[in-house]
Amino acid sequence: MAANQQAPRNNGAPDFGKYLHPAMQRNYGRWVDHENIKPGVYKHISEDGEELFTVRAGSPRMLSVLKVRQICDVADRYCEGHLRFTTRNNIEFLLTKEGDVEPLIKEIETTLGLPVGGTGHSISNILHTQGWLHCNLPGTDASGAVKSIMDVLYQEFIRDDLPQRLKISSSCCQINCGSHADIAVILQHHHPPRLDQQRIASCELPKVVGICPVAAIRPARKGGRDTVEVVEEKCMFCGACHGQCPGLEIRDADTDTLAIWVGGKSSNTRGGPAFMKLATFGLPNNPPRWPEVSDAVRKIVDAYKDGARGYERVGEWIERVGWKHFFEATGFEFTKYHIDSYRFARTSFNISMQARR
Amino acid sequence: MEALTDTPLLDQLERGPWPSFVTDLKSLAASKAAVGQLLGQLEKSYRDRWNYWTGTVLNLSGYGGGVLARYSDVRDEFPKVAQFHTVRVIEPSGYVYSTEALRELCDISEEHSAGILQLHGMTGDVLMLGSDNQSTHAAGEALMSKGWDIGGSGGALRTISCCIGPARCEMTCYDTLGLSKFLTDTFINELHRPEFPYKFKFKLSGCANDCASSMMRSDLPLIGTWRDDMKVDQEAVARFIEQNGEEFVIDNVVSRCPTRCISLSSGKIEIDDDNCVHCMHCINVMHSALRPGDDRGVTILIGGKRTLKTGDIFSSLLVPFMKMNAPGDWDALVALVRRIWDFWTEYGLDHERVGEFIDRISMASFLDGIGLEPDPQMVKQPRTNSYIKFEEYSAPRMYGEPHQQPNVVDREVIGPEAGEATGSSSRQSASDEAAKKDSGAEGKS
Repeated sequence: MAANQQAPRNNGAPDFGKYLHPAMQRNYGRWVDHENIKPGVYKHISEDGEELFTVRAGSPRMLSVLKVRQICDVADRYCEGHLRFTTRNNIEFLLTKEGDVEPLIKEIETTLGLPVGGTGHSISNILHTQGWLHCNLPGTDASGAVKSIMDVLYQEFIRDDLPQRLKISSSCCQINCGSHADIAVILQHHHPPRLDQQRIASCELPKVVGICPVAAIRPARKGGRDTVEVVEEKCMFCGACHGQCPGLEIRDADTDTLAIWVGGKSSNTRGGPAFMKLATFGLPNNPPRWPEVSDAVRKIVDAYKDGARGYERVGEWIERVGWKHFFEATGFEFTKYHIDSYRFARTSFNISMQARR
Repeated sequence: MEALTDTPLLDQLERGPWPSFVTDLKSLAASKAAVGQLLGQLEKSYRDRWNYWTGTVLNLSGYGGGVLARYSDVRDEFPKVAQFHTVRVIEPSGYVYSTEALRELCDISEEHSAGILQLHGMTGDVLMLGSDNQSTHAAGEALMSKGWDIGGSGGALRTISCCIGPARCEMTCYDTLGLSKFLTDTFINELHRPEFPYKFKFKLSGCANDCASSMMRSDLPLIGTWRDDMKVDQEAVARFIEQNGEEFVIDNVVSRCPTRCISLSSGKIEIDDDNCVHCMHCINVMHSALRPGDDRGVTILIGGKRTLKTGDIFSSLLVPFMKMNAPGDWDALVALVRRIWDFWTEYGLDHERVGEFIDRISMASFLDGIGLEPDPQMVKQPRTNSYIKFEEYSAPRMYGEPHQQPNVVDREVIGPEAGEATGSSSRQSASDEAAKKDSGAEGKS
């Protein structure tokens, strides 16, 4: 069988040099300026004055080969057969003829059915992972939640008149593959794992014990077999054990809920990177369109548009106007659960007398 | 062609302006029966609010990483997705493609897999979905024979991703695409075979804007920076002020500088370059007038990870500046990375990311372990608590070193016997002991 003769070929990374658009090859490292000429369209200018246009289109990330080939057809017609993707799963069509920009946009919107936008001060594509479509751990879906939220925020994607760029992520469990963002939607569990002894039997028990961050899992012997037990009072429902051993089932279709977090920032601009903070919680896991989640996200976006000054990201806006204002402006209730109780909790307290009226 | 399962819930995701993955997958289901059953299983998940995949490991011969195996828990109902694995393909730097290369991936995916590509996964890889136990090997073989490679799952190095860098950005401070490929090729063994306590991610951004999201999503961010003076084109500054007004510059540039090192005086921008922290904000706003300096390199950070287990950790600064322009600079980076990996793989616990490892053993021990000198730029401020184990004053013992004599029992004896001992003399005796231990240890080695 051919498979038995396989060995690592150590091909390494593809040669990106071959894949660069010819204008990128000619001007590699020699770009001097850019313009955001309209929502979704950049113009980059090189030392020699050569211009490269980029038309950015949103995508659902998951693409059939049929769709990818259609995208290739368009890139062949307008982009000399070259294109790229962004970190946030947008597709970037690259071209040198300014006159082709508008026909290309029309083709992207009509033939491909993709929206053009996501540049400058817009809401770019939502980062997400697999969810029910292909993950082994999720409590909710990713692709459907993203589709539902982006339907609501479509105008913010195709325009660029927000105070600053706004990034959203979605995660189907508290591993948080979607990562931090200005607004993040994350599923939360509310009960300790339920034990399935049959499945536990095939797990590496020392690893299962070792992975628990709060030492709530300990070795046990039941029915003459080695297994584990969970100290319920210690468990914080993080689900780390579930990834290690599917016999510790952390999910619960009836009680899992979604929480929304705000103010995360990866960029080192101005005040530097920031973690996101809890905005609201207890939203129902409500497929296929999660309307309660979209409503809450919409409220945050509207309050931000209304209150932020130019160049303020969501977290910077809240830092300036204060959390009291944030909860007033969004209508979310501030509860005792918003006060941190985990490691470094005290670093989040207001250690001063400074309070707003 | 068999009839598709009814998907009334998923059908609701075909409405609305954002492109629908359901519509796209339905069109694929016409030629790929497995995709129809994939949608059927997803519909069942939507109805039951429950997931039906079990994950395990499947390896191509010679590889330890690169395939995510998924088995359907409802395979009786959806036999065509009973085995539905993902192959993780190493992507080209900067996610640049020729249509020829993309079509090649499409053809391989269509022939050996379900014909679904995800561009791209959160680690930057191309995800090729939907092969079974046999066709996964065929897909791997087809990819490799065409020059592609796979890797990056389990306790292995993840596919390395980077921003668009010099290919299309005037702000980048180093060749993110070139270095990304170099690191991938250099560390290809680490990508293929899980040898680490847990995963390890590099992400490369050409400047502090961090378009690769390295701060959030990698263990070792490499972020472009410079150490000479920022370049100011005062004529372009004048044009900018003419277009936007002085007030705009004061409100949105001067007052947003985190170290207040930029000022506007008589229509000219002045920069206190000694205090610039290279955050890029002013350059972002006035990109025609301001540019990074010429003496460019990277800032290296360490330890970032997401929530799983101990909670979120940001990377923190490890090397304030390192040149990254010539292959020699790249080799120096590789040497540093190898020192980090050697120390972490030796002493890290199972499933412990390097950031968690540092938290457990302390940054000071980590720096000792990898042979880096402490630097005031590694911290926001020096410590505020006074409980310190000075190696000079008390027995040194780094994490992982064997316990040595004398231990605590001996010291209890020394205390009362000294009787009149003052704080300083007992400190002296502890220090003597430390010296003795040191020489003893040397004698043994």
